[in-house]
Amino acid sequence: MSEPCFFVLGATHHNAPLEVRERLAIESESALRADLALVKGLRELAVLNTCNRVEFYGVGTDATAVEAVQAAYCARQKFEVAEYERIRIRLTGRDAALHLFEVASGVDSQLVGENEIFGQVKDAYAVAQASGSTGSVLNRVFQKAFQAAKHVRTHTGIAAGTVSVANVAVDLATNIFGSLSDARVLVLGTGEIGSATAKAFSSRGAAHLAVAGRRGEVALEIAATLGAGTVPFEERNGLLSEFDVIVCSTAAPNVILTAASIASAMRRRPARPLLLVDLAMPRDIESGASDLQNVFLYNLDDLAKIAETNRSARESEVVRCRAILAEKADGLWSVVQKGIESAGESKSAPEGRNSAAGQAAAP
Amino acid sequence: MFADLSDRQWLWCAAAFYTAGLILGTVSLIRGQRTSGFLISCAIMAGYLLQFVGLGIRGHATGGCPLGNRFEILQFTAWSAITLYLVVGVTFRSSLLGYFTACLGAALTIVSLSIPSWDAVLRTHIFGGNPWIELHAALAIFSYGVFGLLALTSALFLLRHFSLKKKHVGGWFSLLPSILDLDHIEVRLLGTGLALLTLALLFGSVYWTRDTATVGHAKLAATIAVWAAAALAFGLRAMGQLLAKRFAWTCLALFAAALLSLQAVDASRHPGAAAVERTSP
Repeated sequence: MSEPCFFVLGATHHNAPLEVRERLAIESESALRADLALVKGLRELAVLNTCNRVEFYGVGTDATAVEAVQAAYCARQKFEVAEYERIRIRLTGRDAALHLFEVASGVDSQLVGENEIFGQVKDAYAVAQASGSTGSVLNRVFQKAFQAAKHVRTHTGIAAGTVSVANVAVDLATNIFGSLSDARVLVLGTGEIGSATAKAFSSRGAAHLAVAGRRGEVALEIAATLGAGTVPFEERNGLLSEFDVIVCSTAAPNVILTAASIASAMRRRPARPLLLVDLAMPRDIESGASDLQNVFLYNLDDLAKIAETNRSARESEVVRCRAILAEKADGLWSVVQKGIESAGESKSAPEGRNSAAGQAAAP
Repeated sequence: MFADLSDRQWLWCAAAFYTAGLILGTVSLIRGQRTSGFLISCAIMAGYLLQFVGLGIRGHATGGCPLGNRFEILQFTAWSAITLYLVVGVTFRSSLLGYFTACLGAALTIVSLSIPSWDAVLRTHIFGGNPWIELHAALAIFSYGVFGLLALTSALFLLRHFSLKKKHVGGWFSLLPSILDLDHIEVRLLGTGLALLTLALLFGSVYWTRDTATVGHAKLAATIAVWAAAALAFGLRAMGQLLAKRFAWTCLALFAAALLSLQAVDASRHPGAAAVERTSP
């Protein structure tokens, strides 16, 4: 009799381009689960469905369960099996566990070290648990994957630094002011980048946020979305001293904040530093402002450079992370294998139910 | 076995632990990793306890707070700075401050232990049995320890300022606290050091006015100069005249001046103190 098999089957951004991933995206997980309920010998199942990957983590009574899952999925998606086999990943045992560890920790992500995937894996596991399709193997493997992910995110530089310009601007503000709860932030400009930066500040706890733009109604709209205030764009120079962080992203052809106006503002608040973030092209802030005491001026190139440095630093940590995760996967697998073997022995008796997915699909 | 250890041997052990903290931090920084705040704190704590034992044995031998020669003064200054770090360091939430504290502890203890002439003469009963003078001396040296921690914070501030101005915010610069937090801590430490030194001078002045001949002019001038510099820096900072980088450099200079003033303090001793030439320092 063959042994129970822990597997992962899926397609990711590594081999499947965007247009293919669009065709593979699961529209209705419950409908798919109903299909998979019919797969004989599928004991446990969790489905990870994100914009960069659709993966099935399962335990089958033997290796044929993987083929059956693949067939059911391709049929549901109306996707050629042969084409799927060219782009899929299919791993079993320790390699499958290692893959999950790498996914959960962000090592396998398109944007290396991103944090969102951890939440997505947790959600996938929670859904599988709620639907009753997890058992001793998936429970153990997922729990260990979360621990391993937390470990590498804490003990390596895989998640260090931010990689988007808006978040780099927020990080700079925290480097200067610590908590943003007392920092007053003014965003000048209502374009896409200004709006994204305002949103980043808001989501990171900036309690005093104001938006100003030539198009007052757009500024009002953005401010309303973020629960921020607005200030008249024309009065910006007189209000500079009231803010700790000023983000400029207007389409103005000339400088809108001169070094002299900033120097004048600093005389009214000499003890408090000022962060100027110039995301505009051409630049909105006169470059001479960076020579002022307690003033820190960053432009788009500076921020892009920091983001790129962070991205490179994360990628350089991948090898170290993989080594740590491999060690953890080895340790886990030696334990899990014993569990699978004993489960296999107990399964030599006739099965009551043939499918974990079936349980999930059942009301 | 431990009962046979001399005060200096305990202090060498303390120096070894401070150095271990320093090495741990340096290795982490060279490898580009986050410094292990827990391990460094453990090393500092172990060093602190051993130093406490060593200074306790020395204090027992000298019949008072061990401030009888330059070696003892530097040891006590290091111990004071580390006391304050252990009390308030948690609020910094910066493993780098622990690292820098380990640097200060290691530097002061090793330098003082390595120069035998600084501990060649063991002075006993230097305070003439007057507890107020002992309190004066202990407070004054403790305030110097506070200035030591202030100097470390100022160094962190300057590093953070440099990193932000030069736009190098990654790597181990990312471990530094925010510039505003460092600035607030600097002001508080300067205020604390100034308050302690003021108290020390007040206690000392009560004694000095009774017998002005007991304190040398050099010691008097050096101590008042340090106090005046601290008071001036604090006043100018409060008025917004001494800010950011200049304030940090001033704080560093203040600690340097405090260390230099120890020369004058060491040269002026209570006339009732007994001096014993140490044969094996």
